[in-house]
Amino acid sequence: MLTRFSLMAALALGTATAAWAQDATPKDGGKFVFVAPYGNSITSLDVTATPHTQDEIVGKAINRSLYKWNPESGKPELDLAESVTVSDDGKTYTYKLKDATFHNGDKLDADDVLWSYNRLADPKKALPGAEQMLQIAGVAEYQAGKADHISGLKKIDDKTIEITFINLANPGWNLMSDFAPIYSKDYPEDQLASKPNGLGPFKLANYVPGSKVELVKFDDYFEKGKPHLDKLDIMLMGEAPARDVAFRNGEIDVNVLGPVQYEAYTQDAALKDHILEVAEVYTRNIGFNPKIEAFKDKRVRQAINYAINKDLIVEKLLKNKAYPAVSWLPISSPAFDKNAKPYAYDPEKAKELLKEAGFEKGLKFSVTATSNESWGLPIVEAIIPMLAKVGVTVTTDPVENSVLSDKILSDNFESFIWSNSSGPDPLKYLTCFYSKTPQNACNYVKFNNADFDKLIDQAGNETDPAKQNDILRQANNLLEEEAPVWFFNYNKAVMAYQPWVHGLKPNGAELAIQDYEDVWIDDSAPASRK
Amino acid sequence: MPAVDGRTRPPPAPTPCEAKPLMLRFIIRRSLQMIPTLLAVVLIIFVIFSVVPGSFISSLMAEGRNVMNAEVLAHLNEQFGLDKPLPVRLWDYLWGLAHFDLGISYRTREPVWNVIEPRLWPSIKLALTAMGFAAAVGVPLGFLAALKPGSVFDTGTMMLAVSGLSVPEFWLGLLLMYVFALQLGLLPSFGYQPGSIRHIILPAIALGVSPMALLARTTRAGVLDVMNADFVRTARAKGLSEPRLVRAHVARNVLVLVLTTLGLQIGSLMGQAIVIEKLFSWPGIGSLLVDSVATRDIPVVQGTVIVIVLWFLVINMLVDVAYAAIDPRIKVT
Repeated sequence: MLTRFSLMAALALGTATAAWAQDATPKDGGKFVFVAPYGNSITSLDVTATPHTQDEIVGKAINRSLYKWNPESGKPELDLAESVTVSDDGKTYTYKLKDATFHNGDKLDADDVLWSYNRLADPKKALPGAEQMLQIAGVAEYQAGKADHISGLKKIDDKTIEITFINLANPGWNLMSDFAPIYSKDYPEDQLASKPNGLGPFKLANYVPGSKVELVKFDDYFEKGKPHLDKLDIMLMGEAPARDVAFRNGEIDVNVLGPVQYEAYTQDAALKDHILEVAEVYTRNIGFNPKIEAFKDKRVRQAINYAINKDLIVEKLLKNKAYPAVSWLPISSPAFDKNAKPYAYDPEKAKELLKEAGFEKGLKFSVTATSNESWGLPIVEAIIPMLAKVGVTVTTDPVENSVLSDKILSDNFESFIWSNSSGPDPLKYLTCFYSKTPQNACNYVKFNNADFDKLIDQAGNETDPAKQNDILRQANNLLEEEAPVWFFNYNKAVMAYQPWVHGLKPNGAELAIQDYEDVWIDDSAPASRK
Repeated sequence: MPAVDGRTRPPPAPTPCEAKPLMLRFIIRRSLQMIPTLLAVVLIIFVIFSVVPGSFISSLMAEGRNVMNAEVLAHLNEQFGLDKPLPVRLWDYLWGLAHFDLGISYRTREPVWNVIEPRLWPSIKLALTAMGFAAAVGVPLGFLAALKPGSVFDTGTMMLAVSGLSVPEFWLGLLLMYVFALQLGLLPSFGYQPGSIRHIILPAIALGVSPMALLARTTRAGVLDVMNADFVRTARAKGLSEPRLVRAHVARNVLVLVLTTLGLQIGSLMGQAIVIEKLFSWPGIGSLLVDSVATRDIPVVQGTVIVIVLWFLVINMLVDVAYAAIDPRIKVT
């Protein structure tokens, strides 16, 4: 099994790296036509007003944050700051800002950072990016109305800021978020949604709501020599069949693939050599609600994990566009345990466990599910006969996306099947199983285990990354043992790209989020791209 | 269509002086009649979305990706008045509506009209082009088929019409994309360019095939009906040439029926365009409505439905006005 998982990870990263490594010297100029595949519209050009990936795809071109995610190293690194010093107690960070210019010509200074973070944390603004501010000291008090400013934010001089955090965790995980960009304090706030003014490599040229976002190169972008492209068009295309036709017709330069298209593209000689694959940080799972008596018993939850042949489902239904899951943290996580073994398909063991738990006569529960092909009703329909063999009867509760989250957040479910973030920050996403994390935050299955809590507390206070990963690995293994969910699969994100496109990165955090400033097109591109 | 007796002299048409105030009164009355219809629509939408599960707040978490701060969720609820009782929310909405205020979009935090307005012209343009295609192809086909009933042309046309009515728009759109964009390379497969005719052709055909088929069938039935009428037989017995007979007597009488079908179809096309708009990434009202329903952005759903209903009512009012212009026997009263 070790060999299998190592091989899978190597394949995932290897395919991606191969695609990325073939790039030669970047060429400047031309137009890149990207797609935002998660719908036919975006919410807002002000990325702080939304939590949606679709908006982040656009926001990434326009804005910049204090940190950025490095898809190659799998770690956050400084972006708008050129250097940082950390205090002896590990909680106070002093950042020296880079010389950077906003699209309207304003120069970045310390007040912009303070203003942006105050705005994000302001409870009256009700911005989704507030979540990223919670690690800053004084934000909780500010949000509760007990303080009129955030005590952890301090301006040292025009180019230097000092931020104090409440714990020892790397603040880069939160402050690299594309939903927490730095805006100009002098720019009218009411124009952010229609005329964004960021520090990113591209500035807005034209926005056709419900169709596309056209961007042009920002000449004063702070990374010298970038971006390479003159123009970037982001097409808002939620329909996979339409994207397929447009990609094959050369109208768009990338296509994010689902399982069926993945199979077709990998078998097509003209397309199979330009496919980027990566193990993404999403864990597909069936969450068990402990308010159902049977799910309080660990043996029942384990039995369900043993009773389902997930390898078969991944192969037949998902066309291998996924990696069977071991526990919560995905393959690409630094805390993923390569020695851990997933639950084997063992119906006899499942029956034995159910008998031990007093359910030898069987049990019945419903799964709330959307129609999603990779983690919805088709999957539930596949597991029904498998669970029936061990005496477990499963019924379906079909819902649409927003109803699924509504039912989960209001504790109105027996079990659910969903795809949830499980990275890139292992601590943050394991904390979703911390007993004090409310159900309507992300502890959807109300997991409560003292040993697990202890490990999370230890990890939060550990400054050595290697030691922290060891602790998180133990926590992840404990989670596997406790089986609060059926661990189904980790998403394999797949993007097809045209042969003239270079510089795309295997971003395991979300493949559709790309560093556009590094993308370039070569001379083989058609005239419409030049 | 009113019964027509070729021997009966039609009632005198009102003089222009009489017609103007009559028409104005008609338009005002019909406009006022729209108000209860709109109110009923608003009430129905309001009630439906207050009982169906799911909310704007839950839609923010629907991706299962980003964790939302509980404080933020509480403030959003408060900011949009979602914490108020349903009757209070309804009253606030109606009060705003009475002042031509459609409210604020939960999603974009902009006035609803600002969200709808850029989508309006693309939708109207698509609906008009689709209807133009439907009328330009469907009416002549139906007419010619009726002039040679039972012929191969007639049978072929009606087969085409039945197919056009039954083919799913999504499938037809994909087929058009595949043939005209991918295989022939003649047209773009998706997208919107203001002023571009090439971009509108495929979505307009995909949307217009169903009304085209309906128009062909309706026109054929209407022409056959009129062709068998007594006054046509009389005119033919009097020695009127066939082309003149068709032009002066048949076409004019069928026009009212065609206009009725056109009016109903063009009125409903804006709502029917949802699938086509999504497929072709066309930035119209239909795709906005779908996105808003999925995210439970109720003010935008209501605003969009109001616009679609208004469009339908206005088009049908204009059709009624046009009746009077085409057929002097029909009065607007």
